[in-house]
Amino acid sequence: MSAEVPEAASAEEQKSEHNLLFWFMQPLIVNSLEEMEDKVTSPEKAEEAKLKARYPHLGQKPGGSDFLRKRLQKGQKYFDSGDYNMAKAKMKNKQLPAAAPDKTEVTGDHIPTPQDLPQRKPSLVTSKLAG
Amino acid sequence: QIGSLGGGCMSGGGNDIQWCFSQVKGAVDDDVAEADIISTVEFNHSGELLATGDKGGRVVIFQQEQENKIQSHSRGEYNVYSTFQSHEPEFDYLKSLEIEEKINKIRWLPQKNAAQFLLSTNDKTIKLWKISERDKRPEGYNLKEEDGRYRDPTTVTTLRVPVFRPMDLMVEASPRRIFANAHTYHINSISINSDYETYLSADDLRINLWHLEITDRSFNIVDIKPANMEELTEVITAAEFHPNSCNTFVYSSSKGTIRLCDMRASALCDRHSKLFEEPEDPSNRSFFSEIISSISDVKFSHSGRYMMTRDYLSVKIWDLNMENRPVETYQVHEYLRSKLCSLYENDCIFDKFECCWNGSDSVVMTGSYNNFFRMFDRNTKRDITLEASRENNKPRTVLKPRKVCASGKRKKDEISVDSLDFNKKILHTAWHPKENIIAVATTNNLYIFQDKVN
Repeated sequence: MSAEVPEAASAEEQKSEHNLLFWFMQPLIVNSLEEMEDKVTSPEKAEEAKLKARYPHLGQKPGGSDFLRKRLQKGQKYFDSGDYNMAKAKMKNKQLPAAAPDKTEVTGDHIPTPQDLPQRKPSLVTSKLAG
Repeated sequence: QIGSLGGGCMSGGGNDIQWCFSQVKGAVDDDVAEADIISTVEFNHSGELLATGDKGGRVVIFQQEQENKIQSHSRGEYNVYSTFQSHEPEFDYLKSLEIEEKINKIRWLPQKNAAQFLLSTNDKTIKLWKISERDKRPEGYNLKEEDGRYRDPTTVTTLRVPVFRPMDLMVEASPRRIFANAHTYHINSISINSDYETYLSADDLRINLWHLEITDRSFNIVDIKPANMEELTEVITAAEFHPNSCNTFVYSSSKGTIRLCDMRASALCDRHSKLFEEPEDPSNRSFFSEIISSISDVKFSHSGRYMMTRDYLSVKIWDLNMENRPVETYQVHEYLRSKLCSLYENDCIFDKFECCWNGSDSVVMTGSYNNFFRMFDRNTKRDITLEASRENNKPRTVLKPRKVCASGKRKKDEISVDSLDFNKKILHTAWHPKENIIAVATTNNLYIFQDKVN
């Protein structure tokens, strides 16, 4: 931009001050326009700007230690093995259909033989791909 | 950039392949149980068997129907051959962490006798499974009745020779070896060596070499764990043995590099023989650069001359003789580059897509979102996008190519980027080693497609 000499000795001081300010801001405005253009042409950088706007405290190095260490430690953590087994038991109760107690239960009259007992349900559920 | 998307379409005309729907396996309902999520798909060396592994630790093996093999339209029919529970969930007492039963990888051994063998692995344990057929059983024992009850020897008046009689085919799977306790971190790859005696297993920081017969010993061949974990900058994402050179293997990293190692050079292959890395334009670097450059899969070509890598947005073909850049780059879904912010927020940016070669190394395939998958023909430089959907359900109907509209006016039959379903991801695909039959896994369904023979 060519240097324009501001009209010196203007009656209103403010106006000349404003002119001066406008002056010095010009190159700065041009610079940020160029930067904005860069961001616009690179979609990746535009996305980065979006992310930084949403999460201003996001660390500078995404591939750094914290990120990788989180990856190394994948898997649900439990307090101890008892906690784990309780969680598993809860899940099993939810997944398997509630085994309706067989009304033909043989108890009390005589010692049941293998033929009298209800068929044991297979504990594994077959994959639906094989269905 | 050679081979980038030019809008050329693969179907129609000349020698181009036309893909047809053949079969779909799995439940129809939309409510997907976690255990049913397919986590790996692999053809065996002849292509006769197709194995899948799922999040529930189960393996299902399909077999190609032999009778109609000559009739082209039934060539692609696969039916259930065997299914078994490979891995169970476990608890790591030391770290109070659950060890998932999810099958990360299945690799077939080449067939040596009547039985079939495969390796299946979860995060911590690799198992060698023997799958064998039984089609006859002994009958006519002297001391046993047919139902198994023992006969009173005093009632035996005559003797007979027991014989084998045919029975309904029974396929049995039994675990022959269990390779455990060798990995502190999570196993991402297994690869059988061309010597057919050894194999490697890779986790985030280490690679181990095993002998298929020996379960109580494993050799560590790569260790990238820093002395101080604060200095950790990259992890191993995939590893594979060279198809012909039994001393050579490669491993890829989360920083987009591939290292080729020669086991003859030293016992611990921490120093690579070759380092494959594409130089990056520093002015293009962004927060996402490293994440999207992370390689999710590496596969050697059948010839052994090339290797293919998959990162978040592209597929790259490398000539083993040239380390400084890939020889071919194919954009899988470049339109996602302007969506990286939301893909980071919903974690999709960390999805690990796999890739595969066709039998002649002329076409490569990989998955995308919205149940789309892409194929790139290396010779014609044409590419195609297809969809795995039950709507194209009629066998022998040619699949219609799909197109994603990145911006601007959406043409008829195009789908806009914002309408893509990011929950429908195709991470696992496999190509029959000899024929144009492909297996494509959506979240919980397995699709089989074959080429149309005119």
